[in-house]
Amino acid sequence: MSVLVYTETEEGKFKKAAFEAASYAKEVANMLSTTVTAVTVYAEDTAELKNYGVDKVLTVANDKLKNFNAEAYADVLKQAAEKEGVKVIILTQSANSKYLAPLLAVHLAAGYASNVVALPESTEPFTVKRTAFTNKAFNFTNIKTDVKIIGLSKNAFGLKESQGEASVEEFSPVLSGEDFSINITNVDKARDKVTIADAEIVVSGGRGLKGPENWKMLEDLAETLGAATACSKPVSDMGWRPHSEHVGQTGKPVSANLYIAIGISGAIQHLAGVSASKTKVVINNDPEAPFFKAADYGVVGDAFEIVPELNEKLKEFKAKNA
Amino acid sequence: MKILVCISHVPDTTSKINFTDNNTKFDTNGVQFVINPNDEFGLTRAMWFKEKQGASVDVVNVGGPETEPTLRKALAIGADKAIRVNTPAVDGFQVAKQLAKVAEEGSYDLIIAGRESIDYNGGMVPGMLAGLLKANFINTCISLEIEGNEAKAVREIDGGKESITASLPLVIGTQKGLVEEKDLKIPNMRGIMQARQKPLNVVEPVEVSKATEVDKFEKPEPKGNVKMIDAGNLEELVNLLHNEAKVI
Repeated sequence: MSVLVYTETEEGKFKKAAFEAASYAKEVANMLSTTVTAVTVYAEDTAELKNYGVDKVLTVANDKLKNFNAEAYADVLKQAAEKEGVKVIILTQSANSKYLAPLLAVHLAAGYASNVVALPESTEPFTVKRTAFTNKAFNFTNIKTDVKIIGLSKNAFGLKESQGEASVEEFSPVLSGEDFSINITNVDKARDKVTIADAEIVVSGGRGLKGPENWKMLEDLAETLGAATACSKPVSDMGWRPHSEHVGQTGKPVSANLYIAIGISGAIQHLAGVSASKTKVVINNDPEAPFFKAADYGVVGDAFEIVPELNEKLKEFKAKNA
Repeated sequence: MKILVCISHVPDTTSKINFTDNNTKFDTNGVQFVINPNDEFGLTRAMWFKEKQGASVDVVNVGGPETEPTLRKALAIGADKAIRVNTPAVDGFQVAKQLAKVAEEGSYDLIIAGRESIDYNGGMVPGMLAGLLKANFINTCISLEIEGNEAKAVREIDGGKESITASLPLVIGTQKGLVEEKDLKIPNMRGIMQARQKPLNVVEPVEVSKATEVDKFEKPEPKGNVKMIDAGNLEELVNLLHNEAKVI
């Protein structure tokens, strides 16, 4: 009957989103008067999970699962859910979890609510608040099936530490050939770069930067802040930056702690895509830019002067507070 | 090769989002509906397979009669045939089950659906469809080549990409990057005229129970006033980010 949480790892280490999902699972488990079971695949050290409310850890280690494979991972979670008799499953909204969630939903005949931003409003009926229309609205979705899957939006709930003990159990699901009918031939991933999905801070540039050759100052600023770089739609459409950096309604959503928009006027589609970010700073030479209305802090002026100077001030700040 | 492209009928990205009936219904008043952008990238790639490899392309939508102009637009872009499953799209699982029936009956080799619709952002229909059909599934697909029965694809992952091979039948979840924005097709007059003659078959839905149901909507709180900082005083911005917003 416990609540199951899939705590994702990256090269054996937990992502912050995994701890957030565990924290959320704990609160849901409290609402249902039950416990939290976490499933991990190839985690190096599961000890940290107990600090976020996990009562039991199922560790899976199978050579075939070294690389992510949606069908196989969905099968692992299905078997874990059945073994534990769980009714509620919590996932993050990483690309991999979003990939496996609908497959898992079919396996378990479970209703799935993605982009959930708060604890269930009620558990009878089971109603969750989620974003829709790319953050332009919320909806309250009632999950009617016996087993329920929740995709928790990044940064929507935060980390909640709780002291406890977690038992650890090896779990060996039975995998079939069908689980591996897709062959992953190559994984190309920048190791030293912060991704938009994981970033706490995102530095984003628009047409106001005039050309791809001017991105250096933005990258420097991102480096100082440990931030990911992103861009507006026209910038990716013109090929100044790769599509993978496009954030907005038809690009990636951003729910960072801090979003810094440089030379982006703030089209409605862009604002929708980044509005889940907690704090927004807008730097633009046009005081009428619509983005200022959606910002927390604004600076009017020439980005080519402001960005390098802001970078210097931040470096001084970092040096002082190191 | 037989291709099925699943089309969602969604409000244009510039739409103002409002609700009626005590916040239980989306207000369609004054809203322009379009082909879901993530589906349109897939449809454009399907057209490429039609032109270069002689594929046939059907499009399908789950929805009421009001969605037919969107299907006609897909026909004007170049799809051969449209199918409308005559029931409102209310839940991802319900939509996937309707689509699965259409897909099974048409025995398609490749099924394309946007990775998510831009209205409900559920992000589940392509995966559920693949699960129901027991077909291979590749989500967030940004490149696809097909030769014979084998597909070579690239999937966008967080911070990179993954190369994948898989055999047909295959379901892909599509998004920006699969085709370039400039390759998106705007229907020309000839296409629009031809679309009027192309078949648009209306089929009745299968009986399914809803897995989820939307009870009500809510709009976000309006944003408080922006604090303007002088460009000559960026130290103030650093202070505010540290002490007030507490994000650095």
